[in-house]
Amino acid sequence: MDREEVRPDPLAELLPALSDHEATLEANRCLFCFDAPCTHACPTHIDVPNFIKKIATGNLIGSASTILKSNLLGATCARVCPVQELCEGACVLGAEHRPITVGRLQRYSMDFASDKGLELIRPGNPTGKRVAIVGSGAAGLSCAGELRKLGHEVVVFDKRGLPGGLSTYGIIKLREPIEVALAEADMISSLGAHFEYERELGQNLDFKELQAEFDAIFLAVGLGWTPRLGIPGEELIVDGLAMIEQSKTDEKRVVVGDKVLVIGAGNTAVDCATIAKRLGARAVTMVYRRTECEMSAYDHEYDFVKAEGVRFKFLTQPVAVLHDGEKVVGLECRSMQLGELDESGRATPVPIEGSEFIIETDQIIKAIGQEKPALAALLGIDTIRGFLKVNEEFETNLPNVFAGGDCIRATGSASTVMAVQDGKMAADSIHKKLSLSSGG
Amino acid sequence: MADLSTVFAGIKSPNPFWLASAPPSNSGEQVHRAFEAGWGGAVWKTIGAPVLNVSNRYGAFHYGGQKMVGINNVELISDRPLDVNLREIAEVKRAWPDRALIVSAMVESNPDAWRQIVRQIEDTGADGIELNYGCPHGMSERGMGSAVGQVPEYCEQITSWVKNVATIPVIVKLTPNITNIVGPARGAVAGGADAISLINTLNSITAVNLDNFEISPNIGGKGGHGGFAGPAVKPIALNMLAAVASDEVIVRSGVPISGMGGISAWRDAAEFVLLGASSLQVCTAVMHYGFRIIDDLCDGLSNWMDSKQIESLNDIRGKSLSRLSAFQDLDLAFRAVARIDQEKCIQCNLCYVACNDTAHQCIDLHNAIGQVVPPGHDVRSNGKKEATVNRPRPVVREDDCVGCRLCHNVCPVEGCIEMVELPPSRPAVTWSELSHVRPDITQDWDAMKRYREETGIHIH
Repeated sequence: MDREEVRPDPLAELLPALSDHEATLEANRCLFCFDAPCTHACPTHIDVPNFIKKIATGNLIGSASTILKSNLLGATCARVCPVQELCEGACVLGAEHRPITVGRLQRYSMDFASDKGLELIRPGNPTGKRVAIVGSGAAGLSCAGELRKLGHEVVVFDKRGLPGGLSTYGIIKLREPIEVALAEADMISSLGAHFEYERELGQNLDFKELQAEFDAIFLAVGLGWTPRLGIPGEELIVDGLAMIEQSKTDEKRVVVGDKVLVIGAGNTAVDCATIAKRLGARAVTMVYRRTECEMSAYDHEYDFVKAEGVRFKFLTQPVAVLHDGEKVVGLECRSMQLGELDESGRATPVPIEGSEFIIETDQIIKAIGQEKPALAALLGIDTIRGFLKVNEEFETNLPNVFAGGDCIRATGSASTVMAVQDGKMAADSIHKKLSLSSGG
Repeated sequence: MADLSTVFAGIKSPNPFWLASAPPSNSGEQVHRAFEAGWGGAVWKTIGAPVLNVSNRYGAFHYGGQKMVGINNVELISDRPLDVNLREIAEVKRAWPDRALIVSAMVESNPDAWRQIVRQIEDTGADGIELNYGCPHGMSERGMGSAVGQVPEYCEQITSWVKNVATIPVIVKLTPNITNIVGPARGAVAGGADAISLINTLNSITAVNLDNFEISPNIGGKGGHGGFAGPAVKPIALNMLAAVASDEVIVRSGVPISGMGGISAWRDAAEFVLLGASSLQVCTAVMHYGFRIIDDLCDGLSNWMDSKQIESLNDIRGKSLSRLSAFQDLDLAFRAVARIDQEKCIQCNLCYVACNDTAHQCIDLHNAIGQVVPPGHDVRSNGKKEATVNRPRPVVREDDCVGCRLCHNVCPVEGCIEMVELPPSRPAVTWSELSHVRPDITQDWDAMKRYREETGIHIH
């Protein structure tokens, strides 16, 4: 037998599913708060005490239904939500005790529904209205599902070969296996949403035609690849998003160096460092031009990656990739110091003259955010700081063209659950507008 | 160290805790180990008429994740041969002269049967006999157990048969499956009982199986009522204990009472003593956790007594009985209101929903600047900060609070909602007094209205 094959997947889902016993004990610990802070904290406002109470009473069908009523992507959110900042962070038991593990209980109910193949959501009566959704990430799927519940015809276009957006391609497997994201898209599909893959706006999908064919359009196009650093030798740097994608779709072919540097200190950078470490890198160091106070990774992610053995090099800015032909041998860096606060309220890093130094490395990965949606100019959509600009109803300056998800997140941190809520609220707005236009 | 030693109807034990007559005291080997663990006494599982038992004999009532809040059983009296039981009783008593060893008995309702079993028990050297008038299943259908306990005259008669032959103390164990437990208690005393013990188990069905609609536990597809015991029955037991312990006939007779029914911890024990129990019997808590719980029972009771400077149980026995009152003798002018300690409040807002939906609508939700706000939040508001910083807090409108105490009861934080006694706004008066001086108000709502206006009683 091939020993390699029996080795457990180093990127396998980190948290085990709760057993029935664990789930019941934990559910019974919930106080069942009235008008609960966990529900308020959840961007999709899942009735958390209610779904937990239903676990306690053994009503798992009802529990899953309660979750899905507010959030069609409950299975993904149960895994990827920064619960410490949301529901669990708001739990009244947190102050003097452990908060309820809302995320894992939610996963328990969603796994139940998925394992049993329950169809808990039904499409609405046909309205005759057609909506095009561009992008099948969290916002797109959420909007598609909500619109199907309301009876509108939905076609989802995605430039990739698989649905799910970042849930499928961009969230590290140990937080969310690809199957979970695909199963959610399947559920939306079974509600009657039609999916067309490898259709990209501006390439083989014409915006004018969409406007002509559909009563409304929802743009959930997300953001782009990692931006350029603009340093010599950059072509030898691995794109962090591409690395995560490969680790999800083709883990065996992920190439990891021995002494790896990750440029950036956001959650994606943390994921890249984790992959590198778990797939065999001897040393992984995250390089960031500010300090740990400014880094955008959640505290719990920072703690996690430190526990993985990843090291940090703060106040360090890459200057050039040093290479021997195609082989990376080092990263020239410069020391920084913190200066004035910028418009986001973070201290601006200022280079220290003559502080250049070299870090030896054989692989450099960059994860410094994502490029702004390039579509805006093409489609004639107003932007705000490069993001699509929408009004309170998620409508852009183009009538009946709505947008949501990461592509509109000009302020605050982008997250799956926020995208789900955008899709939900946009669906509501689209529905209201289409209902008006039908004279109903 | 407080003195826990007990003398009950002349029977001595180093502490007041006895195993109740039940499965834990089914054999010499078990009672031996219980005494090693520190139990002060044991009432041997009832011996008497021949029986056969069934499987799935113990049912349970679980609640909110807490296992076995109550247990029910259809186990009959001892199914071990009488001679084996008698031999083991003698052996245990010889090995443990300082412990109380009482033998529970139940036989056919005729004097000869009772005379015979009493003599057999006395031959073992046991310290006392407990007459089981309580078993509500299996034996009652044969004219024994609760069939006797439910009829005061039978209690008296059988007790007198036993007393005619017994030379050791006779304890009569009463059934709670009766409207007024004082009747059988008086019967027992009239028959000459040296002591009373209560309560036996309550008739119960613990569950129905939702898969196949069988009664649970299922005994070959059937099931039926069994005797219910455990923490869930404690309040019922306390009430019955208080009723018997404060009955004038019982008080005059001076017979001691052995209390039982849901005693799980030393706090329960202390409450039973304060309501008049002289010894304490325990079963369900032992069946749940084993003999080892005796450590905390003794230790906890003793430490509590030390902290209150109580030297012996005799000093506090029945001390709370004088606090018992019928409703019509309660002071109607007494007033307490709920007050929420905002420092301790975790804002679960369970008090709010309980008051608002089911009680008297006198708790408001206040925002950070003290304005009354409705529950709920903006759909676009989220995150732990917004959810916690802007979370409204419950505040009692004391003028409207009737002092019902529901919020205090549902609050999950110890000491957060206190019932605060307010100075009375009118002279003390009981319903008895009032109906004596103002009989019209007990009959006529208009008269009641006038009385309220005179005295300033406002009901919103």
